[in-house]
Amino acid sequence: MPDTVVIIINGRPHQVAEQSTVAAALLTVGETLFRTSVSGQGRGPLCGMGICMECRVEIDGVPARLSCQTPVRSGMEVRTGG
Amino acid sequence: MGELRREIFDIVIIGAGPAGMAAAATACAAGAHAALVDDNGYAGGQIWRRANNARHGKSVLATRWINHLQRSAAGSGGLARLQQTRVVGMPRANVLLAESERGALEIHYDKLILATGARELFLPFPGWTHPRVMGAGGLQSLVKSGLPIVGRRVIVAGSGPLLLAVANYLRHAGAIVPLIAEQAHSAEILRFAAGLARTPAKLLQAALLRGGLIGTRYCADAWPLRAQESGGRLSVTLQIGKRRRVETADYLACGFGLVANVELAALAGCKFARPGCVAVDDCQETSVKHVFAAGELTGIGGVEKAIVEGQIAGLAAAGRTTQTARLFGNRDAALAFTARLEKAFTLRPELKTLAGPDEIICRCEDVTLGQLTIGDGDQTFHSLHDAKLHTRCGMGPCQGRICGPAVAFITGAENDLRIRPPILPARVATLAADGGA
Amino acid sequence: MSGSTARAAHIVVVGAGIVGAACADALTENGFHVTVVDTAGVGHGATAAGMGHIVAMDDSEAQFALTKYSRDIWNALADDLPRAAERVACGTLWVAADDEEMQVVAQKCAFYRARGVRAEMLDSRQLAAVEPSLRPGLPGALLIPDDSVVYPPPLAAWLLKRACARGAALRIGIKVSRISDVGVELADGGKIACDMALVAVGAQAKALLPEIQLRPRKGHLVITDRHPNFVRHQLVELGYLKSAHGSTGDSVAFNVQPRATGQVLIGSSRQFDNNRAEVDHGMAQRMLARAVSYMPGLANLSAIRIWTGFRAATPDKLPLIGPHPTRPNVWLATGHEGLGITTSMGTARLVADMLCGRVTEIPAAPYSPCRAGQIDARSACATAPSALAAIGGAGHA
Repeated sequence: MPDTVVIIINGRPHQVAEQSTVAAALLTVGETLFRTSVSGQGRGPLCGMGICMECRVEIDGVPARLSCQTPVRSGMEVRTGG
Repeated sequence: MGELRREIFDIVIIGAGPAGMAAAATACAAGAHAALVDDNGYAGGQIWRRANNARHGKSVLATRWINHLQRSAAGSGGLARLQQTRVVGMPRANVLLAESERGALEIHYDKLILATGARELFLPFPGWTHPRVMGAGGLQSLVKSGLPIVGRRVIVAGSGPLLLAVANYLRHAGAIVPLIAEQAHSAEILRFAAGLARTPAKLLQAALLRGGLIGTRYCADAWPLRAQESGGRLSVTLQIGKRRRVETADYLACGFGLVANVELAALAGCKFARPGCVAVDDCQETSVKHVFAAGELTGIGGVEKAIVEGQIAGLAAAGRTTQTARLFGNRDAALAFTARLEKAFTLRPELKTLAGPDEIICRCEDVTLGQLTIGDGDQTFHSLHDAKLHTRCGMGPCQGRICGPAVAFITGAENDLRIRPPILPARVATLAADGGA
Repeated sequence: MSGSTARAAHIVVVGAGIVGAACADALTENGFHVTVVDTAGVGHGATAAGMGHIVAMDDSEAQFALTKYSRDIWNALADDLPRAAERVACGTLWVAADDEEMQVVAQKCAFYRARGVRAEMLDSRQLAAVEPSLRPGLPGALLIPDDSVVYPPPLAAWLLKRACARGAALRIGIKVSRISDVGVELADGGKIACDMALVAVGAQAKALLPEIQLRPRKGHLVITDRHPNFVRHQLVELGYLKSAHGSTGDSVAFNVQPRATGQVLIGSSRQFDNNRAEVDHGMAQRMLARAVSYMPGLANLSAIRIWTGFRAATPDKLPLIGPHPTRPNVWLATGHEGLGITTSMGTARLVADMLCGRVTEIPAAPYSPCRAGQIDARSACATAPSALAAIGGAGHA
């Protein structure tokens, strides 16, 4: 097991790989619905490179951050589904 | 309001993929005070993301350039690395506005080298918005960023050599890849493969890929028709030649070729040779003096083209114009490959009709394809910009980067969506930061 | 049509923005034969660039009269508007920054109430309760509850659709190069014969009619990603009046709007003598810094786009509505500065009433292109509105 950190996903702590992005961490713990689209569809990452904006989540209280471009950090709080 | 840091360089290179790395290392070796800016935390761009790490499919060429770059950055006066830094605008001549975790940053330059690479072209088909349908490069990048893929079943579909590279990578990472669906005509693929003999590196690459892909079917004349949820997995319907086939998978990794990221070049005022392709001279200089472009920006052509163009741009920006000529031969060969690539993987017209009128085309604003051709009742739109104003297509945070090229392909309309700052979403604080200038 | 033997006059409306669309709607309703032409599309230009604030403004009695008249028309249409028009009846909050501005709040409140517009003074605590994202400690605000916001391009399309249903023709991709005595001449060499041309192309009217005193006044707007409930009313600093009133110099003001989408639209800036459509970063920066000073939480929101537009500004900040002073076959509907979305409806009614020889519902004289100072001194006001009778013959449907 590579080095891990604990991040808070939707209020619950999860142990995730230290070297992962928030997007990879969310998928790893089974969180596939990152955001709710304008018409109510659940969406997740598409481009993986910070362009499509489908992977937006709230990170440490700041809305609409790109999870695929953000490395995890110990204690980080992530909210999905917004 | 808000602190605005400021950094000043002779040469600033945007994008740390192969073109940007080559430009940075070359300019640095020529003695320039240069900075390499990238929104990722690692050099390598999308194609070489973490490629110096054995776990992520180590590449000899990538390792060589990554080491080269690290040597350039070592010591004082060496190459500056601005990582996880997103360029969002050009507030004044010779100044870029960027954003990072540390806040807003102004980057001043005398010469600018744009090596902003490319993104995948995504085309709509029923189910393409499902969270388990991702870009081919998109899934690869997520796996490189920590997503476990061992034992997962992945269908790779779309078009272009990237599909092979992705499938190869995913298999090495432990995924099961039963099928690669390539939309191009089999005759064109065969002709392209035969032509690879003229570029030894590509032949080597193709051979390696073939070896690595025993057990994976590579089907030309094949494309996805539909993806739908099926018991927590995906059921993917594919057209393969004249037959249809249904596959179950954990992910559908799907990209229809590449589209250059031309937004910063457009903002800088660079002229285009044709849509999606920045015009450059022999030294890779654009129509804007002291602004250079290298790699996918000047035409989708892959790693070899990117490296040689980056080297030329790095030399020219550093004032070593006379030394560029020795690289022209390599560039000519790479450009010839580019032309063959484009011909072989031309998108077939059938792909324009995969999605019906109810399918979402603009994923940011959930605009359907049907809304685009027919407005509120009986209105037809006169351009993509017109359609955007009335339907919100392309008005969301991706600013039409995903839907724009797709709509242009499907409707044949010119992509006239306007490029304006911020070229990527930015915190209001970044745009409000006072540079005191 | 009535039993009149005269054919309906043919009017070419130049410009398919909100003003041209509203005029086409009103003119066809009154039986005129209308052709609308535009170079780019429906609802482009300033219509697409503006905030879409439907507001009763008290800058002057004439401005108030036209904005109130227009706002009432919009509000009466509220239930008919298409969903794409994104109408939000959010009201306007004029935010005071200090006690001096609170005095202004009281004066404005009295002004509006005396003229039949609902208005309510909020104290510091009430303001904080209704707009918690504002910085703490602001002394209060004036609430005008019946103001609203809309997304204008689909409104222009909706108005034109109504006009087209009554027989109007819409021609996009048509550039008018000149207006002659018998019709409009097109850049491609074509002509459209007509009895009258109504110029409704905002700041671009100057290109067709160089004698008009009209200056483009550049503005910037920034829109954020969707952040629902961050802001609930159209918020404008009272200092906005200083910004909007000054006719020289560049200025910015705190002017923030909640969109139906949950997005936040951030304005505003005013610049004369800058005719370049490019974003002026310095201006946008000042504007955003001002907005953040009133609303600190804006700093963390994600801005997705900045754009610019050009308001058509007249010397006395009132629009030009009515017959051209010297050219009997040319009428004007331009010069609406930053209020064209609101005043388009009133403008259209005034134009239609005048053309039909009816008494207008509010006095039209303050907006007459014949008033002093609107036309280059070399042109004189030679034609009285009665000349319209010559082209008349529009049946009253």
